Amino acid sequence: MTQDLSKQSNRLQEGGRIDRSKPLTFTYNGKQYKGFDGDTLASALLANGVDIIGRSFKYSRPRGIVAAGAEEPNAIMQIGSTEATQIPNVRATQQSLYAGLVASSTNGWPNVEMDLMGLVGKIGGKMMPPGFYYKTFMYPKSMWETYESYIRKAAGLGRAPKENDPDIYDKMNQHCDLLIVGAGPAGLMAALTAARSGARVIIADEQSEFGGSLLSSKEMLNGKPAAEWVKDVVQELSGFDDVLMLPNSQVNGYHDHNFLTIQQHCTDQFADRAPNGQIAQRLHRVRAKWVVLATGAHERPLVYGNNDVPGCMVANAVSTYINRYGVAPGKDLVLMTSNDNAYRAALDWHDAGRNVVAIVDSRKNPQGTFVDAARDRGISIIVGSGVIEAHGSKRVSGVSIAPLNDAGDAVVGPIIKMAADTVATSGGWSPVIHLSCHTGARPVWNDEILGFTPGATYQKQLTAGAINGAFSTAQALSEGVKVASDALSQLGLAKSDVALPETEVVEEGKAMALFHIPHTKPTSKAPKQFVDYQNDVTAAGIELACREGFESIEHVKRYTAMGFGTDQGKLGNINGMAIAAKMLNQTIPQTGTTIFRPNYTPVTFGAIAGRDCGELFDPERYTAMHAWHVEHGAKFEDVGQWKRAWYYPKGNETMQQALDRECLATRKSVGILDASTLGKIDIQGKDAREFLGRVYTNAWAKLPVGKCRYGLMCGEDGMVFDDGVTSCLAENHFLMTTTSGGAARVLSWLEIYHQTEWPELEVYFNSVTDHWSTMTISGPNSRKLLEKLTDYDVSKENMAFMDWKPMTVAGVPARVFRISFTGELSFEINVQANYGLHVWKALFEHGEEFNLTPYGTETMHILRAEKGFIIAGQDTDGSVHPFDLGMSWAVSMQKPFSFIGKRGMQREDCVRENRKQLVGLKTIDPKAVLPEGAQGVLDPKAPVPMPMVGHVTSSYWSANLNRSVAMGFVKGGLNKMGERVFYPLADGRVIEAEICSPVFLDPKGERQNV
Amino acid sequence: MFHIYCPHCCEYREEEEFHAAGQSHIARPLDPDACTDKEWGEYMYFRANPRGIHHELWVHAAGCRKFFNITRNTQTYEIKEVYKVGEKPSVVADEAK
Amino acid sequence: MSDVTVEAMEGKLVTDQLPTGAIVGESPLHHSDLASIAKKGPQQGGVHFHERKLKGLLTLRCAPSAEQLAVIESLLGVALPMQPLTSVTTDAISVRWMSPDEWLIIVAGEQAFEIETQFQEKLTGHYALVNISGGTTILDVSGSHVVDMLKKSTPVDLHASEFPVGKVVSTVFAKSGATICRLADDKFELVVRRSFADYLWLWIQDASREYGLVVKA
Ligand SMILES: [Zn+2]
Repeated sequence: MTQDLSKQSNRLQEGGRIDRSKPLTFTYNGKQYKGFDGDTLASALLANGVDIIGRSFKYSRPRGIVAAGAEEPNAIMQIGSTEATQIPNVRATQQSLYAGLVASSTNGWPNVEMDLMGLVGKIGGKMMPPGFYYKTFMYPKSMWETYESYIRKAAGLGRAPKENDPDIYDKMNQHCDLLIVGAGPAGLMAALTAARSGARVIIADEQSEFGGSLLSSKEMLNGKPAAEWVKDVVQELSGFDDVLMLPNSQVNGYHDHNFLTIQQHCTDQFADRAPNGQIAQRLHRVRAKWVVLATGAHERPLVYGNNDVPGCMVANAVSTYINRYGVAPGKDLVLMTSNDNAYRAALDWHDAGRNVVAIVDSRKNPQGTFVDAARDRGISIIVGSGVIEAHGSKRVSGVSIAPLNDAGDAVVGPIIKMAADTVATSGGWSPVIHLSCHTGARPVWNDEILGFTPGATYQKQLTAGAINGAFSTAQALSEGVKVASDALSQLGLAKSDVALPETEVVEEGKAMALFHIPHTKPTSKAPKQFVDYQNDVTAAGIELACREGFESIEHVKRYTAMGFGTDQGKLGNINGMAIAAKMLNQTIPQTGTTIFRPNYTPVTFGAIAGRDCGELFDPERYTAMHAWHVEHGAKFEDVGQWKRAWYYPKGNETMQQALDRECLATRKSVGILDASTLGKIDIQGKDAREFLGRVYTNAWAKLPVGKCRYGLMCGEDGMVFDDGVTSCLAENHFLMTTTSGGAARVLSWLEIYHQTEWPELEVYFNSVTDHWSTMTISGPNSRKLLEKLTDYDVSKENMAFMDWKPMTVAGVPARVFRISFTGELSFEINVQANYGLHVWKALFEHGEEFNLTPYGTETMHILRAEKGFIIAGQDTDGSVHPFDLGMSWAVSMQKPFSFIGKRGMQREDCVRENRKQLVGLKTIDPKAVLPEGAQGVLDPKAPVPMPMVGHVTSSYWSANLNRSVAMGFVKGGLNKMGERVFYPLADGRVIEAEICSPVFLDPKGERQNV
Repeated sequence: MFHIYCPHCCEYREEEEFHAAGQSHIARPLDPDACTDKEWGEYMYFRANPRGIHHELWVHAAGCRKFFNITRNTQTYEIKEVYKVGEKPSVVADEAK
Repeated sequence: MSDVTVEAMEGKLVTDQLPTGAIVGESPLHHSDLASIAKKGPQQGGVHFHERKLKGLLTLRCAPSAEQLAVIESLLGVALPMQPLTSVTTDAISVRWMSPDEWLIIVAGEQAFEIETQFQEKLTGHYALVNISGGTTILDVSGSHVVDMLKKSTPVDLHASEFPVGKVVSTVFAKSGATICRLADDKFELVVRRSFADYLWLWIQDASREYGLVVKA
């Protein structure tokens, strides 16, 4: 044990919440170290005396750990022992240590100790003012990509893994009465108050343990160490069924109507890979009746010269490392402060047996409990002064201290130098208001606490504790009770008794408003004074931005990149605003603040995707015959979410060979298509006919029972959006079919008109798409095949084209529709879907003698194109009306009701000459197949850009005709029959075609009428 | 993510169950054939885009499949009321503004 | 049989859609061979799954008058649940509120046609009764972790105070939809569409993995 400890040079012999009996070995930048169970990666690195954890973004200066929580700007790590488990941009301060953890610096290439950019940093320091990238690397523009990849690599923004992440990330929907964000004194007290009243509570905290600030201080509650009180409260909370406690869980986004997202780290604090298929991270999607933000505050560092040298830290972080992790991150401390509270860092340092060189207080006459305690310990306090500069390069070696004027903006006396390896600073505390900003609330400046607090909100949101500037534990505890009580009364729940624990009495003197420590030199000449560590934004840079005319803080922010890092400027933003305000001769509230947006900390893509990946990425919809298609080697095509059989290659057939075979077999004998995906809508009611007449362009009033009719559906603009056959099942009962992809849209279209425009019509619409399996047998032998499976008379005399009949097919009651999308004699057999596969198989049992051939969607497309039948969505694009399609036969302008689309298609633009019209395109070279989408021109020799007359919408090789067939739009095409149109292609070829009727095969329709 | 009260299901549901269907109270002209191109164009294409109170048609797509109206503040995203098709809103924009 | 067509009282078509004899229907999850999984798979776990297959499912659309309500009650043997999101469950029949003018009726598979026939013969006025037995299947999920599995799948609040036994909601389920009815504290009925059944079965297996999934025959 002692040996291990001795290697951890900064580890204290006792104290902290780590378990010294559980040493853990981890690797950082290729070197092995030891830490303890309970450490974060940051505390373990500090324990081992690792000073440099990265290089800075722009100047490549060495950087160390400055904070202990989510606000850490420098210690941004790449975690992962294998390629597949890489996670970029993890804050070492938030990563629990585990055995075998492998981490490396994100910033710094090729290594953090000495890197190439370091050279650039030294010589480029002066050359890299804000806006440097905009000014330098944007020219020539063509080189940007080259610059960018170099800069990204050198600046180190983390990298994504190159292999699939093997872990499981998922999502869970949660509902609660109270979501409490933060489990410090305010949050725990609120949770306890609410839980005892029976409320449904979720309490989440980003840290591995509940307790917040209480875990890193030496405070007493009820006369016992605060951590014991925390333990009791956690234990009581865990006894409530309706309390969900989420440690290791970052509430990352606060969205409208109290919807919040919480990223829970379930296993990645224990292991690189989630053990035993456990969930690695879970995204909770929470709808909360009330939200309590008890998010605490971040201590604000002071801005001074060379304040980024490793060893410069935030005062509270020093206390946290000592009290919570048993690590003193140095030997000789100088504390600079503008307030009493930070004195605790010096007291903790002293009590840990380390040397406090001095407390440098900017105030002339500090007084209070902590000041007295420092004096009692004999710690030297230098009042009315500031640390104007730190010395050292890879670690602080000393400081320059100088007296300041009352305003704290000028050095007014001689410099004294002192040796030290650690500088802790505090300019006060900034409430963590980020979540409150996510829904648009603008923060409000509070002069009393020198910070922004949450602004007015429309959310059911309450705030408690340090977020309100109530920084003392006593205040936090009582505010916790108060907000919970307020929420309970709003929820109509009775409040139960909760006693406030007794706290120690602490008196604190008034803090001084101080952000930027002046130097003897002007800011522009002084050693760099960093405001935003992650983006290397300095006080001089902000001043320059203001001098260059940027007056809005949002512009200053964008010009300097302040707050644009992965830390969103948690530490630096207010200092930056204060510096800008001073330059602009404004107050901070006049300067305004920037608004924080989701997410509070970076979220892994895994957590965002959840289980919607791989085979669960999107639903795949199957027909009842799907298994058969798979078994018979079908290739599939996505049609919406449906998996439709595309074609069925045999042996070594190419796709074209398979299509040729399917096409020929169908026209020669009989083919079969699974058409189950067609949308089907059952329509009933005495006004069903009237309704059909209003939504279709043609007439429905006289369609007899037993008959089918094709219809076009248009929008109010007159443009075709769907089509299909609707059959009259009984006088007041119809079955409408829609395109496979349009089913949901058509049903919604019918509903919106029924519900909002014509509620007086007595009609009901119900989807029966999934209820019926639909198989189409098509070809000259289709009747003979059907006759083998039914006793029903399916002769032409008894069952004419466009008739439907009920009959039994293969022992199953069926509705058979004599409609055709191929131009062949066709029967569309519909059976209840649980019997679909049975009937399908029975057809094949009897189909052998007719060479029954299954065909997929591609052959269907070819066969219908040979007949000039359109496919809505392929030959239409929302900009063509029925007349453009040459389908005036499907429009009845005489109907008494002005059907949907009628007025639209009569607008001036819709009746003009020379609209693009759908025509057949017969290539002069019969072997040439036009590419779909090709643009036609009338004169291929015209100068570029040539006037285009329309594009090819459908084009195929037709094995039946031994030539290509195509349809497309041509301006004024219906009056250009026989004329030529040219299609210049990307490869230089020009395909010439003759404008013709789109019906290439059987123009009289004799084949389907047999 | 809105939390929407469906006036037919009579409870709050998540936004993902609903679809927005545009501005409310755009009645189809009773005699479209009598409309001028301009009038028809107004009906077809012109919609309000107010900063503040707005009336919207929504449908409880994954639930009861009923359309209904929402009065919503487009600035704050507050839903002021929901009401059924055929009913009138009780919260309306201040005409004076 | 198909020649069994009930005379069109209100101008609507009703036909028996089930074959007679030995032809066995195949439910949407037929090819998943749940029976074998039930036998060979794990017998213990936090989520239990069962396809209640080949039931008779009918959608009733109606804004019922008092007279229609009485007729419907006499035909179904139970009154229509008129309160939103409520249901009726007996051994013989289940009725689920779907919408102010829509109910889902669940009976034994062979009884669907009987009910259709009776409605055709006895119920007058404006209504629609649509057989959706082939397009729908029922997934019963239960067990100590069933609520956790459901919380991964649907955004509705399943807490007993908000979702008591008997409550029914139609909602989003994964990237599809389902009508969910609570049958007991730890037992739910999911009515889903045929074409989405495979996807949902895959989803439920995945969401149940950490709790252990038991397939029940
Ligand atoms: Zn609803």
